[in-house]
Amino acid sequence: MQNLTVDPASTATRSAVAVRSLRKSFGRQLVLDGIDLDVAEGTVFALLGPNGSGKTTTIGILATLLAADGGTVRVAGHDLATEPDLVRAAIGVTGQFSAVDELLTGQENLILMADLHHLGRAEGRRRAAGLLERFELTGAAGKMAATYSGGMRRRLDLAMTLVGDPRIIFLDEPTTGLDPRSRRTMWEIVRELVARGVTILLTTQDLDEADELADRIGVLDHGRMVADGTAAELKRQIPGGCIDLRFTDAAALDSAAALLDGASRDEAGLILQVPYDGRARSLKDLLDRLDRLAVPEPALSVHTPDLDDVFFALTGQPRTEQDGPR
Amino acid sequence: MTALSLAARDSATMLRRDVRHALRFPMMTVSGITVPVVLLLLFVGVFGHALSAGLGTPLGASYVDFLAPGILVMTAGFAAEATAVNVCTDMHTGIIPRFRTMAISRGSVLTGQVTGSLIRTMISGVLVIAVALLLGFRPSAGPVAWIAAAGMFALLTTALTWLTVAFGLLAKTPAGANSLALIPAFLPFLSSAFIPASSMSGGVRWFAEHEPFTPITNTLRGLLTGTPIGSSAILAIAWCAGITLGGYVWARALYNRGG
Repeated sequence: MQNLTVDPASTATRSAVAVRSLRKSFGRQLVLDGIDLDVAEGTVFALLGPNGSGKTTTIGILATLLAADGGTVRVAGHDLATEPDLVRAAIGVTGQFSAVDELLTGQENLILMADLHHLGRAEGRRRAAGLLERFELTGAAGKMAATYSGGMRRRLDLAMTLVGDPRIIFLDEPTTGLDPRSRRTMWEIVRELVARGVTILLTTQDLDEADELADRIGVLDHGRMVADGTAAELKRQIPGGCIDLRFTDAAALDSAAALLDGASRDEAGLILQVPYDGRARSLKDLLDRLDRLAVPEPALSVHTPDLDDVFFALTGQPRTEQDGPR
Repeated sequence: MTALSLAARDSATMLRRDVRHALRFPMMTVSGITVPVVLLLLFVGVFGHALSAGLGTPLGASYVDFLAPGILVMTAGFAAEATAVNVCTDMHTGIIPRFRTMAISRGSVLTGQVTGSLIRTMISGVLVIAVALLLGFRPSAGPVAWIAAAGMFALLTTALTWLTVAFGLLAKTPAGANSLALIPAFLPFLSSAFIPASSMSGGVRWFAEHEPFTPITNTLRGLLTGTPIGSSAILAIAWCAGITLGGYVWARALYNRGG
């Protein structure tokens, strides 16, 4: 189907994903209440929100798995409602629950994907071997996926998504439930993909992860986009973190407290808590001022704002686990 | 490539996947053959003499000749039960949503499963016939009649497979799929598979005379052992075509509905 009213310059080249007033309800429960989002080509957009905020529903709609109740969605320049097959040809999806065939081996799973992309036997085997190598699965290539660990399964899952070389990838909570090392590996893979020009829309519950990976972050709460901007823009809206200084004696604590305005003291723990806006400059100033005090060097730890702080700042309410479908 | 050849290619890929599953997890296939073989042994060895004596001449000299075509029909029924369970189990794994997000032929997942089931059921049919031959089954069919019987069996299998694929898609759990698929698996008991419908009484007789498994069994029996077929063939083909079409449309609708 051809849509003659589309201006290719405005849709195909700038936004890989453009969502306007997207609405979705399950029965009487409103899950998405008119969200807008744009993901520029070759960038990473993170949808940040707690369980039940509508992240997975959004991904489900963009991935053509769920029908929207209202709004428009264009993915890779194609209208989701009228050209779902062209959207499917452009995207790769790795969901929250492993989308691997457990009764097939890792290699068979990848070759299955290659066959479904009509790559041909030799090219399919070559690409499967390359991905097994890149995702450190070569040793397990001949084992059934049912025997894989959580981290291996997630890597195989993403490798399967990459067989078709998609230009746009949706990752639904790609690191939830992974150990720290697997999480790092996943982050590196995402960065590699972006370096190759792939556009990524991911969801996460973790502010650090969004900060680490995303060019833009959208904060989703009860099906509404409560904030949308770069990590720096969002952090400016958040009260910021603090620095804990742990002293070895009460005298040092007293003299430091006299010097630093706005700090709060924890007498029992000999800790002075100083507000911190996250800038290197402010940290340097603080260290310079401490240097001028003739006290034994305190132990220092930095606390950055987490998702709870973001939600408190943006919604005025503490974050609560929300009911409803993910 | 045309849309049709792409669909055929994707279906062939899905068939390879289905065959791999069956080879890796053969219990469902094996158990599908076990029930008809046990029934064959039970009815020939235990009840055979009594049934032959009680029913008199219509059954002819050997009850196994009467029974084997009916057991063949039952084989298709029990194989279809395995299909329902397989489809239901598969539909609840994460790979199906992945297929739905890919630009592949929509029907290929189901076509692959149906073709895989058809192949497995044909093999089961051959094995059940082999056991029947060991038990003294002496078909009178020539090559043409054998081919026609194989065609009838394939039509029956296709019909039951599409129907039970729809059951597998409809059911929330494999156990639920299994219960639904017991209907086609057990309906042959109320047909001419074990005894002639004319020897039953009242409502049961009326039901047996009008349900699809009776003309199908009569057709297979006629082709294999030379008993009269009459209008059974056309009825059997019509039933199979109707069930295939209904099952196919229903299954496609359930699959496309998603979820």
